[in-house]
Amino acid sequence: MQIPRDDLIRAYRTMRLIRTFETRVHAEAQGGRVPGSTHLYAGQEAVAVGVCMALGDGDWIASTHRGHGHSIAKGCEVGPMMAEILGRATGTCHGKGGSMHIADLTKGMLGANGIVGGGPPIVCGAALAAKTLGTGAVAVCFSGDGAVNQGTTAESLNLAMVLALPVVFVVEDNGWGEATSSAYATAGDIVARARGYGMRAEKVDGLSLSDVREAAKAAVDHARAGLGPSLLHVTTERFHGHFNGDPDTYRSEAAKADQRANRDCLKRLRVLMAEGGLADPSALDAIDAEVEAEMEAAVLAARAAPMPDAAALTDDVYLTYEDAPWP
Amino acid sequence: MAVRSFRAALNEALHQAMAADPRVILMGEDVTGGKGGDGVEDAWGGAFGVSKGLLGAFGPGRVIDTPITESAFVGAAAGAALTGLRPVVEIMFVDFLGVCLDQLMNQAAKFRYMFGGRATTPMVLRATFGAGARSASQHSQALYPILTHIPGLKVVIPSNPADAKGLLIQAIRDDDPVVFLEHKMLYDETGEVPDRPYATPFGEARVVREGGDAVIVALGRMVGRAEAAARTLAAEGIQAAIVDPRTTSPLDHGTILEYAEETGRVVVVDEASPRCGMAADIASLVAERAFDALKAPILKVTPPHTPVPYSPVLEDAYLPDAARIARAVRRSVAHRAARGGRA
Repeated sequence: MQIPRDDLIRAYRTMRLIRTFETRVHAEAQGGRVPGSTHLYAGQEAVAVGVCMALGDGDWIASTHRGHGHSIAKGCEVGPMMAEILGRATGTCHGKGGSMHIADLTKGMLGANGIVGGGPPIVCGAALAAKTLGTGAVAVCFSGDGAVNQGTTAESLNLAMVLALPVVFVVEDNGWGEATSSAYATAGDIVARARGYGMRAEKVDGLSLSDVREAAKAAVDHARAGLGPSLLHVTTERFHGHFNGDPDTYRSEAAKADQRANRDCLKRLRVLMAEGGLADPSALDAIDAEVEAEMEAAVLAARAAPMPDAAALTDDVYLTYEDAPWP
Repeated sequence: MAVRSFRAALNEALHQAMAADPRVILMGEDVTGGKGGDGVEDAWGGAFGVSKGLLGAFGPGRVIDTPITESAFVGAAAGAALTGLRPVVEIMFVDFLGVCLDQLMNQAAKFRYMFGGRATTPMVLRATFGAGARSASQHSQALYPILTHIPGLKVVIPSNPADAKGLLIQAIRDDDPVVFLEHKMLYDETGEVPDRPYATPFGEARVVREGGDAVIVALGRMVGRAEAAARTLAAEGIQAAIVDPRTTSPLDHGTILEYAEETGRVVVVDEASPRCGMAADIASLVAERAFDALKAPILKVTPPHTPVPYSPVLEDAYLPDAARIARAVRRSVAHRAARGGRA
């Protein structure tokens, strides 16, 4: 499928923004400025971006613990995201959530999630709301290969079929659930599992932006037409360990070097764009520089931003609640 | 006797318990780590390194990495316990109980009672808990009041390396289902730990410190904070005893009541949410059974009724600290002075 040149340039920019964001998060963590742990998305950019290209502002996504890429691809602003990861009052969630709970409902982003398998039921709910309210929205669940083995995923696949919900389940298979390989942990075939529910399902090469975008568009169109859910089993690559600080010794150095050299979706897109005459390398370099500058500003702003006021601790637990003062 | 970390003490307990009884198995996510990779084996030895080396000692038949499927493997531990094994099953964070509570609450905890005493379920569910690691709302909870509330479960919360080892060995030897909670901020704490295998009995509190002016009841990581508070208070001339119940189910009523009666002033420190929590439970015990000895209201030091926040400023404000504990003890002591005493 032909992707219009402007869309492709925008997609490249978003993928670069995600990669740069993760590089900077990694550096901030190394510098001791990230209070909690983070799970980096570098290597998987084509999946988030390819899928979100098929979505509109009114559509919903739910994400995982590895959620920065999904958030950026769905339109969350990188400045407040970086501030959130640094625990600042100006963060997306005012410092309450951190890396694992970035959410922005105004952008259709229903939250990163600290629970593996937490997203699929929530997405069924968003799709049910869309169907009931007649908004025409589609709900996409990003989950990892680890989550496909959770009961919540199996239950949600079934529920989405039974209620014919406008859902797309995107299983991002980066080969690793935490420190355990999906080859060890997942029996059978993920596409076949979905088909077992009678669900439309296909396997997709997550290194190819256009393949992901094409498959996502077909699945989203199917859902929007009222024909029910689909599952996309997208193979991809995780460049870092499970979390920032994981020594990642369970993969050989040779395998990791080979992955970065030969299975980098961003490099691949650059080459394809140059070879196809869609963008010359200098134009892409200019985008890279622009993104770099944007991220530098975001990082500096986040570092300079105030920490939350301790009094905010008890805000936002409820909308209304009468209780004795604390402590 | 040697100085060991909390983590090493737990590791030694697992080694000794598995060596002593071939029916003991360990199961959970990444309890070895690296399954299916082309790098090193036993890469993690558990997310916090507690089970490192067990794979080499006991092999993959007894040290089992599972898929991320808490309902399945916690339930499998219950089933295996019912039918001849003594599984130790690990969920990385106690928060993940949300995924699999049915298998613990409605199955394992109730088999014996529902089956008229004709079943035993000797399983141990190990999990990390607690705030302080900037892990936010889904990886920081202290859910032991919920677990303590469930009849059929025993609930253990060690506060130091020696207790960690002895209580874990007891948990594995125990014929009832036991939830064993490890505070993630204690893993690097060190202390003297006996080399031999030994079991620390459940339902027996440890008196951490003697003192006649007040008693602080504290659990898990809060014990160390209570000790810091007690040192500050001692410099001011206030001697506070500290009682660490060590298990919330069963709970050592005797020791708590003894010190409540002796001092007449009770401060309970609890890292869990305040509503229906352990602090409330212990306060009600004292109010009901030691009312006549009390010289001041029983005071609770807990977090507010909120989820655990991420940002350090907020998380530090959330957790009870030594200053708040000391303030509560001073308030308790001042209460007597204000009333002129009635003991």
